[in-house]
Parts: sequence; C-alpha cells; structure tokens
Amino acid sequence: MVASCIDLAPVLAVVLIFQLGVIRQPLPNVLDLVGGMICIVVGLTFFVIGLEQALFPLGESMVYAFARKGSLPWLLLFAFCLGFATTIAEPALIAVAEQAAEVAASGGMIDSSDAARESYALGLRLTVAFAVGVALLVGVFRIIKGWPLHLLMIAGYAMVMTITLFAPPEIIGIAYDSGGVTTSTITVPLVTALGVGLAHSIKGRNPVVDGFGLIAFASLTPMMFVMIYGMVLT
Amino acid sequence: MRLLWEILDAVRDILPIAGTILLFQLWVIRHPLPNLQRLLRGLLFVVIGMALFLQGLEMALFPLGELMAEQLTGPAFIPRQGVEMLDYVWVYLFAACLGFATTLAEPSLIAVALKAQEISGGAIHAWGLRLAVSVGVAFGISLGTFRIVSGGELFLFILAGYGLVLLQTFFAPSMIIGLAYDSGGVTTSTVTVPLVTALGLGLARSVPGRDVLLDGFGLIAFASLFPIMAVLGYAQIAILVSRLRG
Repeated sequence: MVASCIDLAPVLAVVLIFQLGVIRQPLPNVLDLVGGMICIVVGLTFFVIGLEQALFPLGESMVYAFARKGSLPWLLLFAFCLGFATTIAEPALIAVAEQAAEVAASGGMIDSSDAARESYALGLRLTVAFAVGVALLVGVFRIIKGWPLHLLMIAGYAMVMTITLFAPPEIIGIAYDSGGVTTSTITVPLVTALGVGLAHSIKGRNPVVDGFGLIAFASLTPMMFVMIYGMVLT
Repeated sequence: MRLLWEILDAVRDILPIAGTILLFQLWVIRHPLPNLQRLLRGLLFVVIGMALFLQGLEMALFPLGELMAEQLTGPAFIPRQGVEMLDYVWVYLFAACLGFATTLAEPSLIAVALKAQEISGGAIHAWGLRLAVSVGVAFGISLGTFRIVSGGELFLFILAGYGLVLLQTFFAPSMIIGLAYDSGGVTTSTVTVPLVTALGLGLARSVPGRDVLLDGFGLIAFASLFPIMAVLGYAQIAILVSRLRG
C-alpha cells in the first residue's frame, strides 16, 4: 500500500500544486476523481503483492534455471514467450491501447463501433507483445554471442527511421510511444533477471556490461512492429 | 457489472504469463510447483488488482490529464486562443514538473541508479544520476508538449535525439552503455504513462489546428529518449571530473 501511494504521490502533488496555485478553477467530478485514485492505489497494491507472491519468485527461479541449462532452442523459446506474455499483461499498455483505439475511431482511421475499437486495441497489444518477444529472442542471442549492444541499437534506430518513411502518419505517434509504454511493472523485473542471470551463467561475461540491453531492445522493436501493423491496416 | 467484465478481461490478460510459467515449469524444467496455494492466491490478487487499477485510471487519471490540458489551454491562460507558442508556457512548465517529480520518485530508477554507482566504483553517484535522469525526462516531456503545440514532425525530433545518442555513445565508457539504453524504458512507470498520454491527447484536442490522431501521441517517446542522453551525459561528466581530480 505504501509503495503504491509513493507511486501516485508525485503525480498528485504536481497536479494539486497547479490546481491550487495556478489554475484556481473548481474541479468537476471530484467524487469520481477521489474514487478513481482510491481504485488505483488499492488496485496497484493488490497487483504488486500478487506479482511478488506468485509470478516473480517462480519466474526468476525459472529464468536462472534456463540460463544454466544451456539448451539454446529452449532458452530462445522461453525468452520469446516471456516477452510476449508479460507484455500482454502490462496494465499501462492495456490502458494506452484503449485510448489509441478511441483516438483512431474519432479520427476516422477505423470504424467507430465497439467491435472495431476492441479489435484495433487488441491488435495493437498483440503486435507490441510479439515485438517484445522478438526483442528478447534477439537480445538473448546477442548476450550468448557477445555481440556489441551499440551496433545493434544503431541498426535498430536506422530501421525505425526507414520504416517511418513508409508508415501511415496516423500510426507514427502511437508507434513511437509504444516502446516506452511496454516496459513497465511486470516486464522490467523479469526481463532484467533474465539478462543478468544469463550473463552470470556464461563464462567470461560481465553481468553489468552484458546483462543490460534487453529492456533497450524491448523498447525499440515495438516501434517498428506497430508501424508495420499500421501499414498492414491501411 | 462493469467491474465484472473488467475482471474477466483481466483473467484473459493474465492467462499467457501464467500459462508460460506453468508450462515451462512442468514440461521443460520438470519441477513440481513449490507452493500451489500461494501461487493461486497471488494470481487472484493480480487479477483483482489489474481490474481495479484500470477502472481507477478511467475514472481519475485519464480525465485528470485531459482536464489539465484543457484548463491550461483555456481562455484564462491563452486569451488570444491562437498558436502563439510562448503563450503555452504554463503547459510546458506543468509537463516539466510532472516529468521531474514522477521520475525522481520512480522505484525502478532508484534500483538502476544504485547499480550504476556500484559498477562505476563510486564515480557515478546514485543521487546525481537520478537528478540527471529526472531533469532529462522533465526536459523531454516539456519539449514533447512544445512539439504538440507547434505541430512539428515527431520523427524529426526523435531522429535528432537518436543522432545525439549515437554521438554520445562513441564517447561514453562502455560499461555504462547498456545501462543507459535500458534506462529509457525504465523511467516511464504504470502511473505516469496514462497521465502523460492523456495530457498529450488533451493538448492536441485543445490547441487550435492540431489533430489528435497525428499530434496527440509522442510524449512517452520523448520521455524514453531523454533519459538515455541524460545517463550518457552524466556518466561522461562524472568520469571526466573524477579523472581531473585524480
């Protein structure tokens, strides 16, 4: 509970300072706002406690087991599934995908029916999840082979820029945002454990130099894949 | 009734990760599950928590972000109601404060900063790094709102950012590069993302001549790019300073 309050506190502080000190207009729907805040704090608390009890201990021990086992195909398959599944469960992405669907419907990019919006939002999330799965697969392969991170990142940046030239302009904003949205509450702890565990179990690798970089890939590939999703849609 | 649907949706969203972990545990690693009761209770908590959280976002954070955007661009603040870029200074300031405060309090950044202090043998201070990243995010989101107001091309801003990051990469100590690239994804938390997204969409709706679909998104992209520059820049300066002293 304390941790969730700390998450929300800076947001509330800034908003309140601006409301009271700068805007000085009455707030509409105060009841909804307060109720919503309570939902957020309680919900986030339950969510994090549940993750810490159920998924994180098991996930982390599993990540270490796979890293030590040394069977490459299984490791790669596991990395992909982990990336895909954690991203699907990421609450921030769920919320943003819904917003994106609403915006796309209001702008006439998709049909404004409920079904069309839901399928667009779900398509967006599946695309991002697939992208994160691919990112982890490539990232794990990189750690095993010892390829330098910055060369792959430069190649990734170049690809993002190239795809941008061909992507429909309506998708570019949400595509660029999706990279930062995906890496959040569930993904970051498990993925960091995967990278550091892997670098630990390979001889001659320094976990601090080689263990990082998975999150970086996971924030890069969604940009490309979402733009491609946009190209396919239109 | 709405909450029930949210819970059903949450169950669907949790299934892949629960399934992945269960399948790999039982089939590939072939270990029995250590504590089934605890696992099931944990999953139940995750589902309830997610449903409540999403409900709360819809009731409070999304409306709040849009409201702030509307009010700060309303007639009380922008009397001329045009696209005079300097009139929107309160918007930029709000965006900067929001970015700074949320990043400074971000738990995953605290963990990353401590790790960086450890790697560098103390040349990088955890606090200094957190301040640097927070200033980076503040500047990034602020610049992002400026882009929405001015209607500039998102990809040009990001392209310039990538260019700078690449340039910095060549001069940065190699041990910090992975950490720096990762920090971009780490700083944008579950609470910040929805509010910042709503702020951007609200701005694009309120500023005359802007299109939500074309201009509304992009703030999170700025918020994920600038920490990379901040970490690389801070590491370069910190190491330079420690070399001059040593």
